[in-house]
Amino acid sequence: MEMTVRDRKVFSRVGMWLFILSEILIFGGLFLLYSMYRAKHPADFHAGSMELSRFDGTLNTIVLLTSSLTAALAVYSMQELDKWKHTAWYLAATIACGFTFLVVKTFEWGAKFEHGLYPRAAVLDARPHGEILYFGLYFTMTGLHAFHVIIGMVVLAFVLNFVVRRKITHERNAILENGVLYWHLVDVIWIFLFPLFYLIS
Amino acid sequence: MASHAESAGHHAEHPWYMNADGTRARLKDFLTSTNHKRVGILYGSAILTFFTVAVILGVLMRIQMLSPDSKFMTGQTYNAMFTLHGIIMIFMVVIPGIPTVFGNFFMPILIGGNDVSFPRLNLFSWYLYMLGALVALSSLVFGSGPVDTGWTFYVPYSLSSTVNAPLAVTGVFLLGMSSMVTGLNFVTTVHQHRAPGMTFGRLPLSVWGIYSTAWIQVLATPIIGITLLLIMVERIFGIGVFDASKGGDPILYQHLFWIYSHPAVYIMILPAMGIISDLFPVFSQKNIWGYKTIAFSSLAIASVGSLVWAHHMYVSGQSDTASILFSFLTFLVAVPSAIKIFNWVATMYKGSVKVDPPFLYALGFVALFSIGGLTGLVLGALSTDVHTHDTYFVVGHFHYVIFGGMGFGLFAAIHYWFPKMFGRTYNHKFATVAFIVLFVGFNVFYMTLLILGWAGMPRRYYSYLPKYTDLQVIATVGSWIMVSGLAMMAGNLVYGALRGKKATQNPWGGATLEWTLSSPPPLENWEEDHPPTITQGPYVFNGNGKHPAPGNGSSGEGAAAATGSPARRGSQKKGH
Repeated sequence: MEMTVRDRKVFSRVGMWLFILSEILIFGGLFLLYSMYRAKHPADFHAGSMELSRFDGTLNTIVLLTSSLTAALAVYSMQELDKWKHTAWYLAATIACGFTFLVVKTFEWGAKFEHGLYPRAAVLDARPHGEILYFGLYFTMTGLHAFHVIIGMVVLAFVLNFVVRRKITHERNAILENGVLYWHLVDVIWIFLFPLFYLIS
Repeated sequence: MASHAESAGHHAEHPWYMNADGTRARLKDFLTSTNHKRVGILYGSAILTFFTVAVILGVLMRIQMLSPDSKFMTGQTYNAMFTLHGIIMIFMVVIPGIPTVFGNFFMPILIGGNDVSFPRLNLFSWYLYMLGALVALSSLVFGSGPVDTGWTFYVPYSLSSTVNAPLAVTGVFLLGMSSMVTGLNFVTTVHQHRAPGMTFGRLPLSVWGIYSTAWIQVLATPIIGITLLLIMVERIFGIGVFDASKGGDPILYQHLFWIYSHPAVYIMILPAMGIISDLFPVFSQKNIWGYKTIAFSSLAIASVGSLVWAHHMYVSGQSDTASILFSFLTFLVAVPSAIKIFNWVATMYKGSVKVDPPFLYALGFVALFSIGGLTGLVLGALSTDVHTHDTYFVVGHFHYVIFGGMGFGLFAAIHYWFPKMFGRTYNHKFATVAFIVLFVGFNVFYMTLLILGWAGMPRRYYSYLPKYTDLQVIATVGSWIMVSGLAMMAGNLVYGALRGKKATQNPWGGATLEWTLSSPPPLENWEEDHPPTITQGPYVFNGNGKHPAPGNGSSGEGAAAATGSPARRGSQKKGH
């Protein structure tokens, strides 16, 4: 059974979606923890959320949504328009957005550290249990997410490299599609994190 | 290129352990090969090594238990022993065992394909596995000493224990990643790489077993991934999710842990059951009774089995309502397993049964898994579980189902596919004797544990009340008999691999696709553009006896009916 390019694309897509599913389950475990502890300490979670910067959160959300737009345009340029140079620029823009996200996150976390709101800090340990858990989950979940942003940026950097070296073409672009799919996953996870941590006050 | 009529002979010159240029494959050829058969052998060598290590740990534990005041090892050492015995057996042997060895070697052949969907990812999964195993085993020697928390890593002890928990946890995390990657590969392969005419309804049941398992691997493994990650985060950062002093809940850890680890036991048993489902038709020379039911029962076990995890936690302090619900679901999941047993036995009725070594192990599986399953009901019922929880009864139960189940399924698979893989036979009489020794030792050992547990002997204790001494000694002696049987079995197989007689193409009279290839099979199963064409199910026998004439199946479609050979033909045998 000769494997055509189209066949290979189909099952590489199946494999990629299975991988995405498993990543969703990893974060799912953390969201499970979040929902249990929030149900137990609704007021404390509310109070904790007041301490977060809605401005930074909203800014990061806009940044990531924009990055998903540029990523989608990268795929569109390759698959529909056959303009690889546009694809390359769009991918670069996506990576730049990812970088911006991380910079904003660094400032956000830095601010928390300055206020003594980090795990094992005396200030945090003095707060009610619900708030300790809220911040514990905040750092764990946004931290794991940021780690995946970095992974996504590395993946897209590889994809960009392949595009520029013309290893990804109008006919063979499964890697581009799958790489961008991963970036969309990273974005979608943030779309859930943002309201659950920033908008519950 | 030689004509297809000669291709069987042509391929036989280049079995999978030889390279295309006729040279014998060296280690580096295996380490860089993405061929599914070679990856299967890579896994097989590693797994057999780790299995031996874990068996030795078990033997040492039993020596400690010969007397209540034994000075053979300290309590700390004993704790480390049972922890490592569990980690190695569960994460390095039993979970990967059948899928990575026989799934890799045979599943692509059984569906009429040439390899898995992602061959490079397959090889990568082996490297991940080896890295994880190395990291986990390194916790034995580095830092503050081997892990002593039990393979279950319960909090709060796993958070405060000063030993090498981080190393062990990281190792298991990597092993989980390897398992997940394999599952992903197999799901995609079964969907995308079946030969023309190989509908889901014609898949061998061993493939159904591998397929359902692969789904659990993809869906459940991430949960243990995040659980282990949380142990690390808790230890390093103290975020508080499992720490009661910060508002966290240690029982939540148990939930997260068992949400994976219970489905994990189905990852262990479903492939073995699938193989047994392949063996019963072949050794009864009769179609399986209730193909659809067995196939769906695999899916039912996979799905319902994901809903029963808290039966490990009846006495943890969880609510009675939760316990009742989980007990009910646990009784439910026993049903599809029992259905399989009934169907296997019904297959034998009016069949032409020959008890060759593979079938001995299959029958052993049925006996031992049944005992294990019945003791599972004792544990699944709330009142009796209060008495038996954390006693030797649990230890007896899971060794019956895991060792007697998956283990004997693995041994059955080895004895069944050995001639195909290596092109040589082993001594059947000696294999039978080894089986008897193993079976007797197994039951002397683990039945005694069940009795000890019912009498109140707690598990994971390095010492005990003097009243248990006699039974403990009997159990230990049983373990020695059992290990002797294992050694005899292994020795017989090694001898057969080195010096056995050449095997025929189809020594057992099987009707599935692997028996249409040479023994051993070539590197490339079928020509790229000439996959086999499937016209009927996997268990259609022509009733002409178990040992068809040599050369059957290799001379083209017409010869099939005359010689009573497997009814499924590959179109590579005719020139097209």
